[in-house]
Amino acid sequence: MAEAQTKDKEKIVGILPATDIAGDALKGEVLKLKADGYRFVTMTCVDLDEDHVDLIYAFDRDLEMVHYRLKQPKAQPALSISDILFAAFLVENEIQDQFGICFEGLVLNFENYLYLEKEVARTPFCKYSVIRKESEAQ
Amino acid sequence: MAKTIIPFGPQHPVLPEPIHLSLTVEDEIVTQAVPALGYVHRGLEKLCDIRDYHHMIQVVERVCGICSKIHAMCYCQCLEEMMKIEVPPRAKYLRVIWSELHRVHSHLLWLGLFADAFGFEALFYQLWKIRERVMDINEATTGNRVIVAVNVMGGVRNDLSPEQIRWILSELELVESELKALESTILDDYTVKARTVGIGVLTKEQAYELGAAGPTLRGSGVAQDMRQLKFAAFGDLEFEPIVEYEGDSYARGKVRYRETHQSIDLVRQALHKLPEGPINVKVKGNPEGEGVARVEQPRGELYYYIKGNGTKYLERLRIRTPTFANIPPLAAMLPGIELADVPVVVLSIDPCISCTER
Repeated sequence: MAEAQTKDKEKIVGILPATDIAGDALKGEVLKLKADGYRFVTMTCVDLDEDHVDLIYAFDRDLEMVHYRLKQPKAQPALSISDILFAAFLVENEIQDQFGICFEGLVLNFENYLYLEKEVARTPFCKYSVIRKESEAQ
Repeated sequence: MAKTIIPFGPQHPVLPEPIHLSLTVEDEIVTQAVPALGYVHRGLEKLCDIRDYHHMIQVVERVCGICSKIHAMCYCQCLEEMMKIEVPPRAKYLRVIWSELHRVHSHLLWLGLFADAFGFEALFYQLWKIRERVMDINEATTGNRVIVAVNVMGGVRNDLSPEQIRWILSELELVESELKALESTILDDYTVKARTVGIGVLTKEQAYELGAAGPTLRGSGVAQDMRQLKFAAFGDLEFEPIVEYEGDSYARGKVRYRETHQSIDLVRQALHKLPEGPINVKVKGNPEGEGVARVEQPRGELYYYIKGNGTKYLERLRIRTPTFANIPPLAAMLPGIELADVPVVVLSIDPCISCTER
């Protein structure tokens, strides 16, 4: 892992080596990774502020990991990669439930009810936003 | 032939895990399997908002009892790397020892449950009887049988005395010989083979593309094991991943059986090479930035992502467990099998819904 010094020289900040990627370039890059023999490991959603989350994609080939980071506006649906890598459907559904982000083109869409019950009105993992969105599929 | 949708779980006599599968069946043959989760979700990742990152070790240990030691080790390793903490060599070896003991008792538990799934009660009892020896080692060395709670930031909490080391080695000798006596029953018995060979096949390509992990991946011929990353003291020990190539339920079982012996060997190697010295270092400060750690649980690859913000509370904790990774492969291996084989195939991935629904 790379290492960076903050203003305070005593403090060490670990930085995840992740490549920034734009939403419209994501699927092309995933197709390329798949063709290059990379295996899907997982996705991580991190609440950044009132308007954005980070979507971090993790892939592996021969124990070497690559990470991609997509800054996703909460108001817009994210593009699902489950049509390219079926394994992504479960984690995308999980993110829909926990962060209220909708995924467009999810091959198996639980429509925000993988974990949550109908009466739940808050997205439980968001620090900055608490309004639950309805899935695009509904 | 008319289609019928049959619910499997979340309560099922064979499977003590609350997972639900909607099985589309035509003439007793499964044509589609749609998994459903959410019966026991606990939102443990979210607790990092209100718990000191040191206390979160106890929380992640409770993601899954059977893998508790390895969850805590992965969490600590991730933070230790972020904070550049050098763990003493003895602590690294001790982490390997308790991790591999966990793998032995987890695989023995699974082998017993698997035998129970197709009605081989005698084998189930025998395997769990052997497992008790490992649980006794855990209890004698840590004070607990399942959640051993030995990991702390910067090392481990407990040490092993020379007497304990001698006793562990003698107990492992017995575990190994008792397991060896059952080998032909586990691997060559007609009942076992009739219910597992050729059932629930996952090809090498499917396993890789669907993101399978652990024995599910290695049972399909992919030689990938996170212990190859040489975390803790694995870099000092002789280790090669165990691989089988058939991709069926039998192959996944065979991988676990062979891994039980391999783990005993790793514990022996670690005990013989156990260096002298301290077992932990004092940790100061709070984590800042992002980190990722991967280790090998009995069920496969465990992935932790942690984001710290310089306070004692973490910004984000993300846990991707092996069963979570193995659910898409499970959905792919069920179509085409007979309805009666569904419990056996589901068990063949060693599902842990406690892990899946953190």
